[in-house]
Amino acid sequence: MNVKVVARGARKVYPSLAGDVPAIVDFDVEIREGEFVCLVGPSGCGKSTFLRILAGLDSLSGGEAFIVPGPDPSRPLNNVVFQEYAVFPWKTVRDNVAFGLQMRGVNARERSRVAEGWLSKVGLKRFADYYPAQVSGGMKQRVSIARALANDPQVLLMDEPLGALDAQTRAVLQEELLRLWEETHKTVLYVTHSIEEAVLLGDRVVLMTAHPGTKKAEFEIDLPRPRDLSTTQSQRFAQLTGAIWAELREEVERAMEAQA
Amino acid sequence: MSSAGARAPVVAPPAVKGSAGDLFWPLLAMVLVAAAATALGLWRSWWWALLAAEFTLLVFAAEAFERRLPFKLQRAYQSALAWVFPILALAAWEWLARSAILNPRWFPPPTQIAGALWDLTVNVDRFSGLSLLGRPWLLPSRIAESGWAGVAATFAESHLWATLSRVLIGFAIGAAPGVLIGIVMGLNKTVRAMLDATMSAVYVLPKIAVFPLLMLVFADPFGEGPKVTVVAISAFFLVALSTMAGVQGIDPVLVQAGRNFGANRLQMFRHVILPGALPIVFNGLRLALGTALIVIVAVEFVRSQTGVGFLVYYHWQVLSTPKMYAALLVIMALGVGLTVLLQWLEKRVMPWRT
Repeated sequence: MNVKVVARGARKVYPSLAGDVPAIVDFDVEIREGEFVCLVGPSGCGKSTFLRILAGLDSLSGGEAFIVPGPDPSRPLNNVVFQEYAVFPWKTVRDNVAFGLQMRGVNARERSRVAEGWLSKVGLKRFADYYPAQVSGGMKQRVSIARALANDPQVLLMDEPLGALDAQTRAVLQEELLRLWEETHKTVLYVTHSIEEAVLLGDRVVLMTAHPGTKKAEFEIDLPRPRDLSTTQSQRFAQLTGAIWAELREEVERAMEAQA
Repeated sequence: MSSAGARAPVVAPPAVKGSAGDLFWPLLAMVLVAAAATALGLWRSWWWALLAAEFTLLVFAAEAFERRLPFKLQRAYQSALAWVFPILALAAWEWLARSAILNPRWFPPPTQIAGALWDLTVNVDRFSGLSLLGRPWLLPSRIAESGWAGVAATFAESHLWATLSRVLIGFAIGAAPGVLIGIVMGLNKTVRAMLDATMSAVYVLPKIAVFPLLMLVFADPFGEGPKVTVVAISAFFLVALSTMAGVQGIDPVLVQAGRNFGANRLQMFRHVILPGALPIVFNGLRLALGTALIVIVAVEFVRSQTGVGFLVYYHWQVLSTPKMYAALLVIMALGVGLTVLLQWLEKRVMPWRT
């Protein structure tokens, strides 16, 4: 399959008075079209920074990282699902979901139709006219996910989208993400610090080292699809999470020492 | 065993229900205190202590009464208190003034103030040719007589309109550029660095202090120019600085979301910056409105033959205290009215804030 996302020797340094602080060094990764890749690493390893660089919200200091444009130039290259929801409090649920289409000049009737289609897919059709302040955290993140999918980006970038939710809501939304991915087969880069979440959702897990971040290991997740929460009961799931944890553990310890 | 069994059912504590005495004793005490004070002639020098005692007893009685009400009436009772107590207080004032315990020259009884308010409304002042509202009931006959000039004459005859127009025009002239500059300062670091310190320094200057300067600047020092301008200046700085704070306070992740979903500069402004800053902009507008009222009343004290501030000052000069109070009431009503208007606007403009 075609390569959709490429990073080669990617570097990111932050200037500070005490000298440059490297956040990402020599990071290589490739994501194929239609692949769901999870980026896992200890906190502060630069995984969110890499996602933000791909999203164009941050700049690269060296090397390269880019999304290979597809044949249809009208489709946006990427859209982000932010950890903090980032839904606009002053727009209704419907208008939030239609936001990307509105910015692209799609007419009101068409974008409302598309938005409502996605709202019913994430079970929020009834809440279309609500404001974000009137719905729960889990619903806000559904709005955020629907907003990104409604814009039909070539690559979906998800930055710890379920990180702020409680464990039960997170489990429900993980199943929803699996179902949505089965429907769309989007190319996804998914940043998380949860190994279980990464193994459950991803085709491949890319493990990053502690600060400064670079690639430590890669794991093909050969669990059969379609998956759901019962996948986490399988022996293969336990093997994979165990193997990843064995690699990640020393990085987490290094990260903790660095913070102490 | 038996004791455990006896403990098991959860028994609701007995509802606290006031006895008749709860209500009776405070009321009796109120009467006794008032009677004793009258008999001993204590009111004249101890009225403040006696009023405090009566008020405390009244609170006890009112609370005892509430306890005896059914639960569903208690909310209505609370809002009724907000109406009934001021009426009681006015009645007390009336009585204190009429029995000359309060000097009616400085604290005229409320009925007399109401009479003064009526007088200011229906009669035209002999010297200035103005009335409080411009006698709007004459509007039909004036229009029949001279058309639009009749409408203009009504407005021109009104003290309230004189003040209101100064506030509204000055406010609009000051707030609109205030919002614009505030947004630019919030968005652009360079402009902020250049202006923030200066603006904050000018902000603390009481704006009324520039009034003499404005009288020099304008061709007609007694005209509307300096008055409207001083209101505009006082609104401008407050609105500009709070708008800047509002823009800076927008959650950066929302700005990033706007960019990521392809908003251009204009769309960013329209869909992210402006609505994001609005709550704090309105905060600034509310504060600016209060300041505008202070400033205009002060200006009307010193340099005006019209307006509600002039009414207060003029009736001080002729020592007509009931009319001073009446004018104060009108200023209060003006402030309340403008605040309500702003709140209504706020709800219309920001429906997402529940």
